[in-house]
Amino acid sequence: MNLIYDPWPWYVAGPLIALTMFVLLYIGKQFGMSSNLRTMCSIGGGAKYADFFKFDWKSQRWNLVVVAGAVIGGFIASEFMSNNTVKINPDVAQQLSTDYGIESAGEAYLPPELFATENLSDPFVLAVLILGGFMVGFGARYAGGCTSGHAISGLSNLQLPSLIAVIGFFIGGLVMIHLLFPLIFS
Amino acid sequence: MKYLSYLTIGIFFGIIMYKSEAASWFRIYEMFQFGSFHMYGIIGSALVLGVIGVQVIKKYNIKAIGGKEMNLHPKRKGVTNYLIGGIIFGLGWALAGACPGPMYVLAGAGYLSILIVIASAILGTFVYGVLKDKLPH
Repeated sequence: MNLIYDPWPWYVAGPLIALTMFVLLYIGKQFGMSSNLRTMCSIGGGAKYADFFKFDWKSQRWNLVVVAGAVIGGFIASEFMSNNTVKINPDVAQQLSTDYGIESAGEAYLPPELFATENLSDPFVLAVLILGGFMVGFGARYAGGCTSGHAISGLSNLQLPSLIAVIGFFIGGLVMIHLLFPLIFS
Repeated sequence: MKYLSYLTIGIFFGIIMYKSEAASWFRIYEMFQFGSFHMYGIIGSALVLGVIGVQVIKKYNIKAIGGKEMNLHPKRKGVTNYLIGGIIFGLGWALAGACPGPMYVLAGAGYLSILIVIASAILGTFVYGVLKDKLPH
């Protein structure tokens, strides 16, 4: 097994994510990624439009530095530690290809059908990216957190609101994949 | 010096997200198709260790660096905003195949189109902030 190039199995990644959370707790912070989106709105002058963005965003600068690190981490991993392909369950890959014409499973990290730069001129692709991003940002703030803040930090602290949010994440995800994908992509 | 540690944590986190393929649209799709244990294993094992660790912290009253309390505040009680917000988030997560951590990781990996997703997520956050008082919580 090639430790550098092969994908990391779940039993390596999961514990390392828990470690990330505990290191942040130990240095007096908490693990939560979507709050950075609110910070960016405040930096961009959001306080003029809503009180929600009137807060001491400077106290959140540390988390923006974590974001900068994540960007660098993505660069390092994709450039030096990966062949940038993702092998998924062959049945799922086959289904993606037959039903939706997404044929890049096993050959790419993200489907070029949706993420290739030249496809940005396709209004359908652009709409998928904008709508997806919008719902992630809106939903994360409405729910008070995302996968890191609720599914990892909140559930680790046995918070019932986080469990409700995570159940919501899965309801939304299952509805999108099983009910809406057939309408959107075929 | 402090900022260097935040940056290091971010780099570490970014590499984990990319190398575990949790940042891949394909893995998110496969998860919601129940096609593999992979994503459930990642979240589940992080969670089991997280729950145990937080219980240990509370039982032995372990402090953060400098003797401060750890940031383990209870979440505000409620159902509506967590459920509706969660569902909207899930719809977007499955469609874009990326949540707020991996988005930045993918930007670093050179996928320019993810910048559209990030900008839209910022816009979504902004619209939430504007509408907040009119929404049921």
